[in-house]
Amino acid sequence: MTAPGFCVNAPLLPGFAQPEDDAQRVFRVLLDALSHPGRIHTVPLALEAPAPLATATGAAALTLCDYETPLWLQSPDAAPWLRFHTGCPLVERPAQARFALIDDPATMPALADFPQGEPEYPDRSATLLIQVADFTDDGLVWSGPGIDGETTLGVAGLPAGFWRDWQRNTGHFPLGIDLLLVAGDRIVGLPRTTTIREA
Amino acid sequence: MTQDPNQAQRRHWLGVLAQAAPAELEAHLSRHALPALQWLRRPETGLMMVRGRAGGTGGQFNLGEVSVTRCAVQDDDGRLGVGYVRGRVARHAELVALFDLLLQDDRRRADLLPTVIAPLAERQRAARDVASAQAAATRVNFFTLARGD
Amino acid sequence: MYVAVKGGETAILNASALLAQARRGDPAVAEIDTAQIAGQLRLGVARVMAEGSLYDEELAALALKQAAGDQVEAIFLLRAYRTTLPRFGYTVPLDTARMAVRRRISATFKELPGGQVLGPTYDYTQRLLDFSLLAEGGAPDAVPGVEPLPDTLPRGTDLLGEEGLIEPELPLPGDPAPTDLSREPLGFPADRATRLQNLARGDEGFLLAMGYSTQRGYSHTHPFAGEIRMGEVALEVVPEELGFAIGIGGITVTECQMVNQFAGSASTPPQFTRGYGLAFGEAERKTMAMALVDRALRCAELGEDAASPAQQAEFVLSHSDNVEAGGFVQHLKLPHYVDFQSELELVRRMRAEAAQPQAAEEQTA
Repeated sequence: MTAPGFCVNAPLLPGFAQPEDDAQRVFRVLLDALSHPGRIHTVPLALEAPAPLATATGAAALTLCDYETPLWLQSPDAAPWLRFHTGCPLVERPAQARFALIDDPATMPALADFPQGEPEYPDRSATLLIQVADFTDDGLVWSGPGIDGETTLGVAGLPAGFWRDWQRNTGHFPLGIDLLLVAGDRIVGLPRTTTIREA
Repeated sequence: MTQDPNQAQRRHWLGVLAQAAPAELEAHLSRHALPALQWLRRPETGLMMVRGRAGGTGGQFNLGEVSVTRCAVQDDDGRLGVGYVRGRVARHAELVALFDLLLQDDRRRADLLPTVIAPLAERQRAARDVASAQAAATRVNFFTLARGD
Repeated sequence: MYVAVKGGETAILNASALLAQARRGDPAVAEIDTAQIAGQLRLGVARVMAEGSLYDEELAALALKQAAGDQVEAIFLLRAYRTTLPRFGYTVPLDTARMAVRRRISATFKELPGGQVLGPTYDYTQRLLDFSLLAEGGAPDAVPGVEPLPDTLPRGTDLLGEEGLIEPELPLPGDPAPTDLSREPLGFPADRATRLQNLARGDEGFLLAMGYSTQRGYSHTHPFAGEIRMGEVALEVVPEELGFAIGIGGITVTECQMVNQFAGSASTPPQFTRGYGLAFGEAERKTMAMALVDRALRCAELGEDAASPAQQAEFVLSHSDNVEAGGFVQHLKLPHYVDFQSELELVRRMRAEAAQPQAAEEQTA
């Protein structure tokens, strides 16, 4: 039916149903998540993102990425969908990324491998979306700006040594990276200002 | 830059469609049944930075932006029709994408190329020639008056 | 420094209603529509697009209508609007050699291959007011059509290039993406790509004055208009989902190639050098001035003294933008009451202090 030069791909999944409204709603959630680290937020829309992306990962990527934000993908499966809907360039090395999507934290690069920002422009750093197994009620004590005293929240599915790595990341503020932890349609912000203590 | 003949053909029709008047395309489209389709990207208007080259051939520089509307539509076989047009007319981008989708179907293409694309291209060529012929009417041959040595 | 003040809300609302009324003018006279502006005031629209740095005739016409014809205000409106739209990417660099030419002249080559094409120019008009335009109606004379021009016309400067008499103009090694002033703030030293972008959206009046100054002896460039061409160029973009370039329509641009004498340097034989101007729409005066200023700003690269205003990149590029300039000049209208109060106090005290010894002297006398 179709000559070889034309057919592009297996069918792509659509992006946001209402690009402007949906992106604004998700942006508000991400803003809230980073303003209140350690608090679970839910992405308020049904988005079918291609594997291995969780709904919240897909929604956050569609909201944050555009053709000016180099993206590093741990697994390439969702690349066509992301490229089509956001136009973002994909980069080979974590050090080139402004955003990174991690679907298998066990094998992820060290946090220090991503851009940490520059003293004059600490914002020129990477934001990582990390897909974790689940959030639990306890296990970690969070403190820092946006948290009234302390809060408790556990994260399942992160490799051993991750929180030591995080401690190093918070050690050279204002440089450092920021994280968004994702489980399904739930999302938790973890900016570089947040200190984590294992309970 | 395009070795693939299908790519060259698609380049051609997309360029012709982008320069056609939406009303012309609408009239043509009304004569064709559309397959089941899904809008992968609804029309959205944004900006492209227009680049030039110093001296016309040298280093690139950014001249300024242009408004562009784009969209994309997909059929059940995974064909992707894209519409990119200068300006802000959403329907124009949709029409381009729909024709791009139809034109990728071998059976329809054999019909659409001669009945839609060729006449549009011809009309665009004619319009360009009219403007060019009027400009040519202002072509001069300067005579330098002889100057004493 | 200015301070926030409260109050005046009703006054502001009424001022805005008064502005709308003033813009509309006499309601007995038909309202102008944007299609009329775009179609009949096209040169005004072109300037708004060039300096607003956004090619969209309808939006530029709307801006002019809203600004009641104030170009700088309209340019500001367009610049503000563009910030609300997402950036999809960039185009393939324009190929001006393949322009559908409507005007093309050279002051250096009488026998320009392809010929000199005057096009719609004011050059040969006598600058006498045409009172027949006061009356409505009357279609202009038809222009006879002859054999169309070729699709590709070589540039006048290419002729000199064949003999090696003009510096070559080649892409930079690796053909890098240029810096973008709409993304990165202006910094110095500014490379040529940055300068050209700045000049392309710079104020025409400012560029004209700067270009004029180079002709009057402020810098040593001896310019000739190698070629000026105006017409439609195709816009091509490479959509992510296709991976190859497609046409999306055309735009009108004007290009000016200035040819300048150059005595040569230790490493370069004597040859002609270039200044380049390119702008949206029909913008001949603008692109000529731009080309003069571009050449003047190349002084460091060509080993020339930078003694004149037009050769000082920081001075030229920092003051060329009429949105920035207009904003900073007009910010002086904002309330400076507190600042001024302190200045007032100071002047009073200084006057009092200056008057005291005098009074003391008078007493002793």
